Amino acid sequence: MAESVGVKDLKVVEGVTCPFCGVTCDDLVVHVEDGKIKEVKNACVLGKDTFMHHLEGWATPRIHGKPATVDQCIDAAAEILAKAKYPLIYGLDSTELHAQRKSIELADLIGANIDHTSSVCHAPSLQAVQTVGISSCTVGEVKNRADLVIFWGCNPAEAHPRHPSRYSVTAKGLFTPRGKRDRMVIHVDVRPTPTARMADAFIQIKPNSDYEVFSALRALLKGHELDQTEVGGVAIDEWKTLLEKMKSSKFGILYWGMGLTMTRGKYLNIVALLTLTQELNRYTKFQAAPMRGHGNVVGMAQVLTWQTGYPFAVNLSRGYPRFNPGEYSVADLLAHGEVDAALIIAADAIGNFPAKMAEHLRSIPMIAVDPKESETTKVATVVIPSAQAGIAAGGMAYRMDHIPLVMKKVVDSPYPSDREVLERIIAKVAAIKTGGNGAHR
Amino acid sequence: MGRSLKIVGGEVYDPANGVNGAVKEICVQDGKIVESCTGAAEVIDATDLVVMPGGVDIHTHIGSPAVNAARGFRPEDHRHGLMSKKPGLRSGVGFTVPSTFATGYLYTRMGYTTVMEAANAPIGVRHTHEELIDIPIVDKGIYILMGNNEFILKYLKAGEMDKVKRYVAWLIRSLKGYGIKLVNPGGVEQWKYGKDVEGLDDKVYYFDVTPRQILKALSWANESLGLPHPIHLHANRLGIPNNYLTTLETMHALEGSRLHMAHTQFHSYGGENWGGFCSKAVEVAEYINAHPNVTTDIGQVVFGDATTITADGPWQYRLYKLSKNKWYNQDVEVETGCGIVPYAYREKNYVNAIQWAIGLELFLLIRDPWRVFLSTDHPNGGPFIFYPWIIKLLMDKAFRAEMLKRVHKRVLSDTTLPKLDREYTLSEIAIISRAGPARALGLKHKGHLGIGADADVAMYPKGDDPERMFEHPVYVIKDGETVLREGEIVGTRDGKTLFVVPPEVGEMDPEFKTEFENYYTIEYENFPIDIEDIPNREAIPAGVAR
Repeated sequence: MAESVGVKDLKVVEGVTCPFCGVTCDDLVVHVEDGKIKEVKNACVLGKDTFMHHLEGWATPRIHGKPATVDQCIDAAAEILAKAKYPLIYGLDSTELHAQRKSIELADLIGANIDHTSSVCHAPSLQAVQTVGISSCTVGEVKNRADLVIFWGCNPAEAHPRHPSRYSVTAKGLFTPRGKRDRMVIHVDVRPTPTARMADAFIQIKPNSDYEVFSALRALLKGHELDQTEVGGVAIDEWKTLLEKMKSSKFGILYWGMGLTMTRGKYLNIVALLTLTQELNRYTKFQAAPMRGHGNVVGMAQVLTWQTGYPFAVNLSRGYPRFNPGEYSVADLLAHGEVDAALIIAADAIGNFPAKMAEHLRSIPMIAVDPKESETTKVATVVIPSAQAGIAAGGMAYRMDHIPLVMKKVVDSPYPSDREVLERIIAKVAAIKTGGNGAHR
Repeated sequence: MGRSLKIVGGEVYDPANGVNGAVKEICVQDGKIVESCTGAAEVIDATDLVVMPGGVDIHTHIGSPAVNAARGFRPEDHRHGLMSKKPGLRSGVGFTVPSTFATGYLYTRMGYTTVMEAANAPIGVRHTHEELIDIPIVDKGIYILMGNNEFILKYLKAGEMDKVKRYVAWLIRSLKGYGIKLVNPGGVEQWKYGKDVEGLDDKVYYFDVTPRQILKALSWANESLGLPHPIHLHANRLGIPNNYLTTLETMHALEGSRLHMAHTQFHSYGGENWGGFCSKAVEVAEYINAHPNVTTDIGQVVFGDATTITADGPWQYRLYKLSKNKWYNQDVEVETGCGIVPYAYREKNYVNAIQWAIGLELFLLIRDPWRVFLSTDHPNGGPFIFYPWIIKLLMDKAFRAEMLKRVHKRVLSDTTLPKLDREYTLSEIAIISRAGPARALGLKHKGHLGIGADADVAMYPKGDDPERMFEHPVYVIKDGETVLREGEIVGTRDGKTLFVVPPEVGEMDPEFKTEFENYYTIEYENFPIDIEDIPNREAIPAGVAR
């Protein structure tokens, strides 16, 4: 595993895992000169930008807006968290596994609520899997076998640019030696997206009609005739044609995105989708999978699950893990104004949340750990810059299908990694709590 | 380091060294059992205690991508078990699929110190190692799933046995694995297009090889590499009526070679269909009794909630349709599959009660305790925390009789269980729960209390109720340190990951990298696991080629 540090000659690091999205391409080649990234090969435009612009917009260490050292910031962060009665730890998508693991140790220590960005993207998908399960597979199965690929409420052409070429559309595999010519690709969405251009067929449905459509498909699959002539703005006959394609495929997969998780029906949309795809296994091999997204958000769900049993929205205030989306999920904790301190790490909460939630975050002591300035760092009580995971800090990341991958460090950073920041906060909080200096609750 | 300990006055059961209840002093220094301590030693008064080597679980599912998927999709399970954080100890949850820290504490609380994670897809092993790091106190090892690996199938199709052997060695070395696991060989590959194999001579689609060929090839590779544990086999047709014929045929196919048959209870069924479901434990036990090359763990059913987790995708699809419970399936590129279905075993359900009886019949009918091991195939037959209950069933005929009154009445008429008078002795319990599995694993320094063994020791209170006794060890020593006292975990520490170093049998061919990247979706160089990623580890050398 080659590591490059600041030397005069050019270093080339191969097999680099991209930290940007859940496609988690691990074939990047990064050229480093004098400790700076000069070139990135094989990456998509999103991944390339992540590497090429990693030096821009760095956060600086500060407390109450005033410059401070990292050490001072870590002490201040520990003071806040040790004193808090009902703290929140949130974010954690754009970092690597070992930092995520430490964030849970910290949450256990201080009895925090801990949640991550799944909570506002694919949490309904996780809830749906908890309800009915899922028939799924790794992306390599799609590459090797799928002859029917459906993208529903997702837009890989723009959000996961290399998914089609590496795994799902043009990828060539064991039983798909001709790539795209061995597959039919269908795109279902409320409006045409660039993904429609790579699809053999595009079906435009009415917004918020997904649950109804999946239910109709299930009824048709069971041999029922429907009274309606159209569902979701699409003629029944067209749905029958789609269903026949699904049944007659040798290996079908339906990928879904936030077009289903964050629209009316939420997790019930996914329950209907998952049930349909499970039931199709009476006729053929049929799978479904979420187009998981930002950074290493899947890794956080993994480690949170193995340490606490639950994939998101975990509360540790009673000393043991509790799970209750709607109560311990970040949106609800903030909307109800319940938490009295927050550690936001590797995500921009303020920049992404509705005003009411952001307002509560602004009103409490907030620590931001991030390599870059963001709307969150701008208003945080304490800002701790960190080395960017996957670029200036190594570790592990998970692909959208739960496959674990090594993250390599390609350049140095003057700042500690997220993992180190958390380890130091944990040590300091533990010292405060056992030191009897009045800080513990 | 350097800590010395003397355990005095205890009744010692160390069957590997022929010690059967003698009062004997055990000396510990630097984490090992020694002849005598050189300096001042802490003394543990073990009067009225039974002293045994730490327990060894040869087959359990405690941490893997599959286990974690099961945790994630069973929030309802976790309400049954809550563990609060304590100084030095992490919080946790879980009953059938406990969280990692809880898993380490729960095994320790039963006096277990070594556990083997029984099913791992190669591409997910990086994940498994991370989970095992978070399972404290106990030592762990990983079996690698190979019975449906498309490279192996391809090499077999081409008759390239040398490539099979090199590939197996490469996998174990790259992944820091402990042994070879097969799950429904050929059948899981068939499942990738929604099918299964019906028997040992069914051809696998495209690859044109049979389960029989896969079994023989991997057994041959295992023995010629001199791996410490025989192939660990989840045979074809698990869970299906009349599968005992496949089970017998499978053992027959590998006659003369070392073989570990996993969770044999699930493979000892008769009857043409579910209506005729019946026990064939007698037939299976007879075969095992007559063939000393075979070891087995039982996969005992425990009444109540279970989570079925297996690479056997086609079986899990059947169970989903039978039980109508939720169903998780994850097929893994090139390698294997995975299915998860929650399940509850009920005393009054005919099939469940017979399954329960079959496990006990096998325990009681297989005469050599060195070849039959305690397992529930956790959490498939039920959670491992019920081992003490199973021990009581084995040791106490009256307790079995009480249970027989509670379960479906046809167990009385349809199985041999009511007629079996055998009661396990403490020494036999020590064999099936520690000495035997350690020996079958080739772990020379585990499962006994002889000089040089790891100082992993469990001390139980003597008493009339074996369940109570094995549920409540008074002391547990791990690597010479006291980790449990009076039922409370007093010192947590990291357990080690045990991995086998296979012999050098040649590199993979140069074109392998290209083949790998043609069918996988990750880079070849990103597949192997760096040894430094496993902070606490112990290399176990391979033995001599057989």
